[in-house]
Amino acid sequence: MENTTLLMLKEKAARIRMLSVDAVYRAKSGHPGGSLSIAEIVAYLYFNKMNVDPSDPQKPDRDRFVLSKGHCCPALYSALAIKGFFKEEELKNLRKLGAMLQGHPDMKSIPGVDMSTGSLGQGFSAACGMAARAKRESLSWRVYTVLGDGEIEEGQVWEAAMFANMYKLDNITAFIDSNGYQIDGAVKEVMDPNPIDDKFRAFGWQTFVIDGHDFEQIDRAVREAENCGRPAAIICRTVKGKGVSFMENNYTWHGKAPKDDEYAVAEKELTLAYKVALEESNNG
Amino acid sequence: MAEKEATRAAYGRKLAELGEKYNFYVLDADLSGSTQTAVFAKKYPNRFFNCGIAEENMISVAAGIAATGVPAFASSFAMFACGRAFEQIRNSVAYPNLPVRVCASHAGITVGEDGATHQFCEDMAIMRALPNMTVLSPADSASTEAILEQLMTFSGPVYMRLGRYAVPQVYAKGEHGFKIGKGLVVADGKDVTIVATGIMVSAAIEARRELSSLGIDAAVIDIHTVKPLDNELIAEYCSKTGAVVTVEEHSVIGGLGDAVAALVAEKGGAKLKKLGINDEFGTSAPAGVLLEHYGLNAAGIVGKAKELLNK
Repeated sequence: MENTTLLMLKEKAARIRMLSVDAVYRAKSGHPGGSLSIAEIVAYLYFNKMNVDPSDPQKPDRDRFVLSKGHCCPALYSALAIKGFFKEEELKNLRKLGAMLQGHPDMKSIPGVDMSTGSLGQGFSAACGMAARAKRESLSWRVYTVLGDGEIEEGQVWEAAMFANMYKLDNITAFIDSNGYQIDGAVKEVMDPNPIDDKFRAFGWQTFVIDGHDFEQIDRAVREAENCGRPAAIICRTVKGKGVSFMENNYTWHGKAPKDDEYAVAEKELTLAYKVALEESNNG
Repeated sequence: MAEKEATRAAYGRKLAELGEKYNFYVLDADLSGSTQTAVFAKKYPNRFFNCGIAEENMISVAAGIAATGVPAFASSFAMFACGRAFEQIRNSVAYPNLPVRVCASHAGITVGEDGATHQFCEDMAIMRALPNMTVLSPADSASTEAILEQLMTFSGPVYMRLGRYAVPQVYAKGEHGFKIGKGLVVADGKDVTIVATGIMVSAAIEARRELSSLGIDAAVIDIHTVKPLDNELIAEYCSKTGAVVTVEEHSVIGGLGDAVAALVAEKGGAKLKKLGINDEFGTSAPAGVLLEHYGLNAAGIVGKAKELLNK
């Protein structure tokens, strides 16, 4: 990966984090922890990978993105806004009455959202459906989806994993955001889904285990996944709440908004990180 | 009248026929022989996915296919397609308003010998409650085929219940006049209206003959679209006859009977009796024996009509 690209992506991830936490703070509810852990994955896909066009959100040959862990939509909405699918101002209306940006992704109201998600496990199956049609009709698009490590406790995920292998869906790449926490605590204490890579391998998937905050590693895995001839699962070791000191690895920030004083700290940290990333990108 | 046939058989045959003219996918969950989607699968294997015994995944995969712009038909037994995968239908299909057609066979009590675990008599109640959902319940082969053809150009999510049990043919082959959302007056009458859906329409016609011999002139309406209900037609017959018997191979809770009862309660103008499964689980027996056991036949309808008219 070229250095200018790397610095640009770091800037996008930092901006996604800043906008996500701001949106959740203004909404007074939402899911900051898992939004912060997927910032690099989402930034990489929207700013370095996917064939999408903000001026034509429905273009038929676009790559598809399904946020199966739909509750982390602040990160997706922020990426879509930065990309130009809608104005960044919209983020301030998140979760408010009459707002376009619903509490979970709504494909009917939000330009750039390819599937309505939120009920865990279902987005993964829908992503497999999209890939299945493309495969049967030799359509060029690729399907990307992001699941949580808590989400994969849903039985439906493994039904879909079997389906993807059975129908040789080599056009789907699934990111597992392995941040180690779910609402009730550490996944290891609630219902341990590990070892995640062994499970996907047993279901016929090509697996990669990477640092989900490292763009070079994401890039390498995504490229290899495209040519492995099988459905691919990229298990991303991530930090829940990444970028906000008091949210990192603290499961209580799974699904609540920061209060005024907490937001002041978060905003300071995220803004500083963004400014540094922006400057480095501009100088890069 | 043609020979008896199950609505699932008409579904499988017509789906395969329509596959030539229209582009759509068909999915099943290891019951393609029973639901008859195997007929389509054989003809168009490239547009068929057997999802194995995994109904939740099947419904969401269908939603994913539909989200890319092509309709998808998903079939299994009603119990599993609509019962087990209810939440997938709600969140992956109904909420995003996608063109997924859940065509569920083996609905109701006439599953027969398999018994209560497979006799789903609550499907219409559950599907009716969903926003965006159209609920269909055809009476025979001709209506199943006609409705299926209309689905080819229909938008939005659909639930269609189909039966395992071979039933008499109500309509002549190729007969037209079916329109999704519109009830059909099968026979006119002035004393009582029998509002029937699905395989109970033929029983209603038989009941009409028996009532006629008792000097009671009964109208028969086929409500193949349980949602949205043809309020106009039913209201018209409420005021015309002043007495309504609803009949369905389904629980008396939440199905056709309750839909009509809600309308009658709001508009007034008619007395009403509901005939259906009375808030209980089914049991094992041959389908014909069960219909008699639960009074889901001409005699049962005649009994309700006589009660209503105090005769």
